[in-house]
Amino acid sequence: MISKSWQQRLLTLPPLGYLLVLFAIPTLIMLFASFRYTGEYGGLAPWYAYKDGGLTLELTLENWQRLFETDIYLRLFVKSIGYAVFTTLLCILLGYPLALMIARSPRKHRDLLLLLVILPFWSNFLVRIYAWMILLSPNGAVTQLINSIRDVFGLAPVSLMYSASAVIICLVYVHLPFMVLPLYANLEKHSSALLDAAQDLGANRWRRFWNITWPLSLPGVYAGSILVFIPVLGMFAIPDLLGGTDGVMIANVIKQQFVESRDWPFGSVLSMVLTAAAVLVVLLGAKFGRQGGR
Amino acid sequence: MFKLLEIKDVSRNFAGFTALDKVSLAIAAGEFFTLLGPSGCGKTTLLRLIAGFDQPDGGDILLDGKSIIATPPERRPLHTIFQNYALFPHMTVADNVAFPLRMVGCNKAEIERRVSAALKDVSLPDKAGHYPDALSGGQKQRIAIARALVNRPRLLLLDEPLSALDAKLREQMQLELIKLQKEIGITFVYVTHDQGEALALSHRIAVMNHGAIAQVDEPSRLYGFPRSRFVADFIGHCNLLAGKVMQLQGDRVLVELAGLGAVQVMMPPDVTVEVGSACTLTLRPEKINISSSLSQDEVQAHFKGVVHDMLYLGDVTVYKVELVNGMLVEALLANSSPGRARFFEVGDQVEVAWLSDAGHLVMD
Repeated sequence: MISKSWQQRLLTLPPLGYLLVLFAIPTLIMLFASFRYTGEYGGLAPWYAYKDGGLTLELTLENWQRLFETDIYLRLFVKSIGYAVFTTLLCILLGYPLALMIARSPRKHRDLLLLLVILPFWSNFLVRIYAWMILLSPNGAVTQLINSIRDVFGLAPVSLMYSASAVIICLVYVHLPFMVLPLYANLEKHSSALLDAAQDLGANRWRRFWNITWPLSLPGVYAGSILVFIPVLGMFAIPDLLGGTDGVMIANVIKQQFVESRDWPFGSVLSMVLTAAAVLVVLLGAKFGRQGGR
Repeated sequence: MFKLLEIKDVSRNFAGFTALDKVSLAIAAGEFFTLLGPSGCGKTTLLRLIAGFDQPDGGDILLDGKSIIATPPERRPLHTIFQNYALFPHMTVADNVAFPLRMVGCNKAEIERRVSAALKDVSLPDKAGHYPDALSGGQKQRIAIARALVNRPRLLLLDEPLSALDAKLREQMQLELIKLQKEIGITFVYVTHDQGEALALSHRIAVMNHGAIAQVDEPSRLYGFPRSRFVADFIGHCNLLAGKVMQLQGDRVLVELAGLGAVQVMMPPDVTVEVGSACTLTLRPEKINISSSLSQDEVQAHFKGVVHDMLYLGDVTVYKVELVNGMLVEALLANSSPGRARFFEVGDQVEVAWLSDAGHLVMD
C-alpha cells in the first residue's frame, strides 16, 4: 500500500510541476507586475531602487486605481462576459441536438460523425477565420444570402463584417466542437433502459428528455460550457479580425496594453481581473453543475 | 375466466428470423402468469410487444377486450420491471417512486401519501431520501417494484427481475413477490428462463420454444403431465425413454421400450394414442426406485442395471444407472427416508423399478 501511494504521488509530480512552472508562477509574476511602475520605454521598471543609501520598494496601487477611474474597462468586462455567455448558450443550443443525434446513431456511424465534428481542427485556426472574413464580406456568400432574404421582406441590406454579430458567429463556429465532444461523451453513456423505463412509467418524449436525459447530461453541459466560456472570454484574434470597433472584447485591450502601449503593469491588472472572473464563473458553474447533476 | 390480456396470433420477425410465430394466449385478471423458455425462445420479445416497445408484424394484443397495439407504451395501463431495475440514478428513492404519479399530474399531498404507502408495501419506508446507488441489489429491486406498482397498473410485466440477485436473496424475493401479488391482486406477467423459479411463483406457466408456445398449464400439471419431450426435458430433470405403442388396454398403454421390453403406462389425457406410433416415456428421477433385491411385482416395471455414476447432494443422492440396453437412467433417492438401508456404489448391480402410473407418455 505504501509503495503504491508513493507511485501515485510520483506520477502526479510531472503534471503538478508543469502547472506550477507554467501557470501558478507566471500568474504570481503577473500579480506582482500589476503593482509595479511602467518602465521608461514601456515594459516594467525595476521594483526596487537604492535611494539615500537605502533600499526602497518601487511598488504602487496606481494601476489598480486606473481600472476604476473610468467605467470603460468594467463595461468592457461585462460586455465580454456577455459575449462569452451568449456564445456558450448558442453552443449548447446548437451542440446539444448534434451530440444527442451522434450518441443515438448506430454505433458504426458514430466514429465518422465525430470525425466530421473535429474536421475543422485539421486546418489552421487563422485560416478558418480568414475564410469567415470572405464569407461575411459585403460580396461574400453569407451576406448575399441574408440580404437577399431581407430583400424579400422589403428590409434594407445589412453589413455583417466588423460587427458584434460577426464576432459571435465566428466564436460559436470555432468553439462548437468543444461543446459537442464532452456532451457526446456524456450522452453516449446513457442507458437506453432508463428511457424505456421512463416511457413505460408514463413519460412522453418531451418529459423523457427533461426528466431523464437533460438532468443526467448536466455534467457534460457543464464541462462543455467551461471549455467554451473560458477561451471565449480570453479571445482576441476573432474580434481583432472580424469585430471592428463594435466587437472589441477585453482581451483585445489586454493585448493592446502589452503589445502596442507597452503598459505591462496595467495589462497585468486587466489580466488578473479576467482570470479572477473566469475562476469565479467556473466555481459558480461547478456548484450548479453538481447540484443539477443530482 | 375473465380475460384481462389476450394475445391473438401475434407474430414478430427480425431480418430472416422468426422470433414469434402466431402466438396466442389469454391471461386472467389477478393471475401470476409466467413465460418460461430457453434464451431466444421469444419470451422477451413477447413481453416487449405487450409493453409496447415493439410492434408485432401480425396479430393483435387486447387489454380488457380492446386492442392496445396503437397505444404508445407511456399510455398503456401497465408497467414493466426491468432486468437491471432501471432506477433513475439522479433521483432519490422517493422521486423514483413518485415518477409515474408525476407523469399523470397527481397533486403533491396525494403523491406523498401514495409514495410512503408504496415504500411501506415493499418494507423500505426509511429509504425515501436515499439515492439508488446507496441501495443493495435487493433493495433496488423492491424500489423498482414500488415504483411500478405505485399507480396501480392493470398489469405488471417482470423481465427476469431476480436474475441479478444471489441464490439466497432470490429465494427470499420469490416469497415476497408471491405475497405482494396476493395482497395487491395485480396481474403479473413474469418472464424467466429459470424453470424452478417459474414453478415456485406461477399460477400458470406458458413454456415457449422457438417462438411458439409448447404448453400452457399449472406448474404441477406441467411437471407431471408434459405434452412434449421438450417440456418434459425443460421442466426439471427427466428420463426420456424412446418407445413404440404396442397395444391399448383401456386406461393403460403397453409400450415397447427399445432393447428393454414392454412396460405398462397410464393412458395420457387429451392425447390420441395410436398403435404402432413412436412415443417417449418420460420418467422423473424421484419416481424411480433402486433396490438390490429383485422384486416380482406385477404393477411395476423392473430392469437390471449397473450403477454408473452417483452424485451425493446432501438431502438426496442422484444415481445414474446403466440398463442392459446401454441406456442411462437417472434415479433420485432421498437420504432421509427411514428405510434407507445403504448407499449404492459405482459398479453395484441394482434393479430399477417404477410403478405403471409413474411414467407419463408423450407422443413424438
